[in-house]
Amino acid sequence: QIHFVILISRQGKVRLTKWYSPYQQKERSTVIRELSGLILTRGPKLCNFVEWKGFKVVYRRHDSIILVILNLYASLYFCICIDPDDNELEILEIIHHFVEILDRYFGSVCELDLIFNFHKAYYILDEILIAGELQESSKKTVARLIAAQVNVTERCVSLAF
Amino acid sequence: MNPFSSGTRLRDMIRAIRACKTAAEERAVVRKECAAIRSAISENDQDYRHRNIAKLMFIHMLGYPTHFGQMECLKLIAASGFPEKRIGYLGLMLLLDERQEVLMLVTNSLKQDLNLSNQYIVGLALCALGNICSAEMARDLAPEVERSLLTRDPNIKKKAALCSIRIIRKVPDLAENFLSPAASLLKEKHHGVLIAGVQLCTDLCKVSADASNYLRKNCTEGLVRLLRDVSNSPYAPEYDIAGITDPFLHIRLLRLMRMLGQGDSDTSEYINDILAQVASKTESNKNAGNAILYECVETIMGIEATSGLRVLAINILGRFLSNRDNNIRYVALNMLMKAVAVDSQAVQRHRTTILECVKDSDASIRKRALELVFLLVNDTNVKPLTKELIDYLEVSDQDFKGDLTAKICLIVEKFSQEKKWYIDQMFKVLSLGGNFVKDDVWHALIVAISNAPDLQGYSVRSLYKAFQTSSEQVCLVRVTVWCIGEYGEMLVNNVGVLEVEEPMTVTESDAVDVLEACLTRYSSDIATRSMSLIALLKLSSRFPPTSERIKDIITVHKGSVALELQQRAIEFNSIIQRHQNIKSSLVERMPVLDESAYIGKRTSSSQANIVADKSSQPSSTATTLKFPNGVAKPPAAPLVDLLDLSADDTPVPSSTSNDFLHDLLGIGLTNSPSSGTAPSGGTDILMDLLSIGTPVQNDTAPKVVSSNQGFAPTTKPAPTTSQVMDLLDGLPSNGSLPGSQTPVYPSITAFESSTLRIMFSFTKQPEKPHVTEIHVTFVNLSSDAYTDFVFQAAVPKFVQLHLDPASSNQLAASGNGTITQTLTVTNSQHGQKALAMRVRMVYKVNNQDKSEQGQINNFPPGL
Repeated sequence: QIHFVILISRQGKVRLTKWYSPYQQKERSTVIRELSGLILTRGPKLCNFVEWKGFKVVYRRHDSIILVILNLYASLYFCICIDPDDNELEILEIIHHFVEILDRYFGSVCELDLIFNFHKAYYILDEILIAGELQESSKKTVARLIAAQVNVTERCVSLAF
Repeated sequence: MNPFSSGTRLRDMIRAIRACKTAAEERAVVRKECAAIRSAISENDQDYRHRNIAKLMFIHMLGYPTHFGQMECLKLIAASGFPEKRIGYLGLMLLLDERQEVLMLVTNSLKQDLNLSNQYIVGLALCALGNICSAEMARDLAPEVERSLLTRDPNIKKKAALCSIRIIRKVPDLAENFLSPAASLLKEKHHGVLIAGVQLCTDLCKVSADASNYLRKNCTEGLVRLLRDVSNSPYAPEYDIAGITDPFLHIRLLRLMRMLGQGDSDTSEYINDILAQVASKTESNKNAGNAILYECVETIMGIEATSGLRVLAINILGRFLSNRDNNIRYVALNMLMKAVAVDSQAVQRHRTTILECVKDSDASIRKRALELVFLLVNDTNVKPLTKELIDYLEVSDQDFKGDLTAKICLIVEKFSQEKKWYIDQMFKVLSLGGNFVKDDVWHALIVAISNAPDLQGYSVRSLYKAFQTSSEQVCLVRVTVWCIGEYGEMLVNNVGVLEVEEPMTVTESDAVDVLEACLTRYSSDIATRSMSLIALLKLSSRFPPTSERIKDIITVHKGSVALELQQRAIEFNSIIQRHQNIKSSLVERMPVLDESAYIGKRTSSSQANIVADKSSQPSSTATTLKFPNGVAKPPAAPLVDLLDLSADDTPVPSSTSNDFLHDLLGIGLTNSPSSGTAPSGGTDILMDLLSIGTPVQNDTAPKVVSSNQGFAPTTKPAPTTSQVMDLLDGLPSNGSLPGSQTPVYPSITAFESSTLRIMFSFTKQPEKPHVTEIHVTFVNLSSDAYTDFVFQAAVPKFVQLHLDPASSNQLAASGNGTITQTLTVTNSQHGQKALAMRVRMVYKVNNQDKSEQGQINNFPPGL
């Protein structure tokens, strides 16, 4: 079972957190802090699994180049915490699945997309995972559902953020 | 929309926060926003509620407290429009967790939403419920979720299935309600529904054995068909990942099959073929394929598979091991650890590859590989494996050395068949990783050396050599210091040279040099220096010419700041200067440490699974047993327990297996709770013997070694750290005493030699069954009279001994007179353990000192 999903930037800023197991607010910040320290310091050639407090944490680094005026190079770490007897390789695939869907939706997703449209990232995640388990293996279906809900939203009274 | 209410747009707020250069700036911006949001909330602003929640979510992700927004989420959820509900539910999921009371209020809204016809709203509700519901909510809303499982819409079906998973995890009792809907999900075609359905079935199996049986009976066939279809399916672009159709479905199906096949050989047989097919057919050049293979191997290992299938699985793992990808290797090592339990032989074949992984650059892989190697060690491969590991120890990273050292020591201890090999390996480990070696490990080494007289010379010489090169390794230094102290003369005189040794000359002065170096170098800690001091004392006796120099060295430390060192320095100095006559007997060679007892004690205290070394013999009575004059020291006289037996009787508060060795090795610094008692056994003996009035425990009258009178019994409060030890060797700890006691106990001849006989007779008070009075009678069997006759006795820990003054100390010859003395013994383990006693008699015959000693085992039972 997936216990939580965290996206953090190279600098340790949290871009998305989703908790599928009961973690209180204070616990959550501790977890984030500890894991950031653990994962951000790992070298590039090492395997994508760390053991942490009896759980396994699978992480994957997603690099993207943002062509903004300053030519920033940012990378994002996708971290998923699972039980010790879960299949880590599958989790890597799930991360990849999520990233691809984000890519399709935002068109080559970069960190800024996730910052300014975090709620959309959450909506997408909610179409992929529920209760810490995979919900849909077809990227097309997920995209279709998201698009449909955007439609419904827009048909209602326009709510601008 | 009033542009002046509710302030900034979401985007602008985010931009403003990102533009902050310092944390303080950010806090200010956040505070302003929160204030605006709070006032909007209190004014019940409808228009911007959604925006405020979005802002709050962002602020929450930054780490700021946002609980004041929770009720707003509820209001949004209760609104009628889809967009409001959507952001409301999102806010709910992010800002709350299941433990909060507020959550209960949502139940009603959820119930309504679950009954609506708009599939997207139902979807929202199911999603929220599935992610954060509590047990009460689960109970309340289970019926609605069950109903949703039966709708036609696959989107809702799959969400309902996953939501049900959460429900049965929170409330396992509800599992049976979901059983048949779950089974029917397996007949669907939609992949999302299938994945969710299979997962639901898996979880049902986990919580309920009935569910397991039901699914096993009804669904196995369908599952096999599903897996076959998806495995054989042609290219399906929608589900294709790396050339495989829907690997996720593959994996979940395999997992469910594992649950069903576990422990059931029929099912296992039935799924055998499809497992073989998947295992052989799946390509393993991409991660997706490997993920499937991994799950397949797990399943094969988890069910009652045929051996052919098992071999197939382990071969897959073997292939994984040589994969370039770190992840794959890590996963393989993990699985192999589980596989060792199932089929150790097959895993052994991959030993070389695994050994290579121990040297990998990735720390996680190294750790796993080392653990796996440890599981693979057996009698045949232990020598080459150990050699490899020790070679690697030389070059490994500092942070890995700790693990590596510990494992090597475990291996060596567990599997060594010859003492010499064991000692050699330990020396190497100490030289390379001595700083990481734990105390009980090098203590065990010393016990082993002590039990191997033919290897002692070799040991001390090897250590001396090692010291020249690796003196920064703390434990190596300690063991060296101890050995030089004990076996110094072997070092210098080249005693017991083995064929493999190169010739080496070490002078007495060299030996003292080593000790002096240990003592004076700044990096030595107190324990090492204490050991060095004692070793120097021993050498001053064994190498008389160096005595002056040693005295000078020790004198320097009389002013040491560390209390332990100062104490020892003063005492030892005193011994060297003023008490030469007893010095040699004080520092005689230590009696052989009882290996099996030590191992037994260590096993029980550390629960390590160490097999007693078969090649060692339990020590017999040591030739030179020291008898400190501790006879009439009632209760916890610190009689030295040289052989530490009847180990576990009186609970010694601070006793770990290290205690007695600490004393023997002259350390024993840390374990004493502060009752102000003497920390080390080494000094204890000296205290008793020399009655040097140091701040030790007793305020008793000073005792001189061979006093002429009997002792005025003094009572002392028992020091809680009792290094209460006894001299008795190998007392059978299973003293089964007859249950009923006879009030009359026959007298016994406790001791008889050609020159002396001792008789014991017993009386007991009926109301005090554990107290016995022993009346001792000494008879001189020789033709010479004895003068200055002194009787000493020592008893096990669980017995207290009290000596009355003897009737006289002259024993006339040929039995023409007797000495009588009364002893009182209190057996705290009365009824469980028998009395035993060791005695020693010291007297003068024709102005010559004589002594006799013996052990009394023939006490009548029931004492």
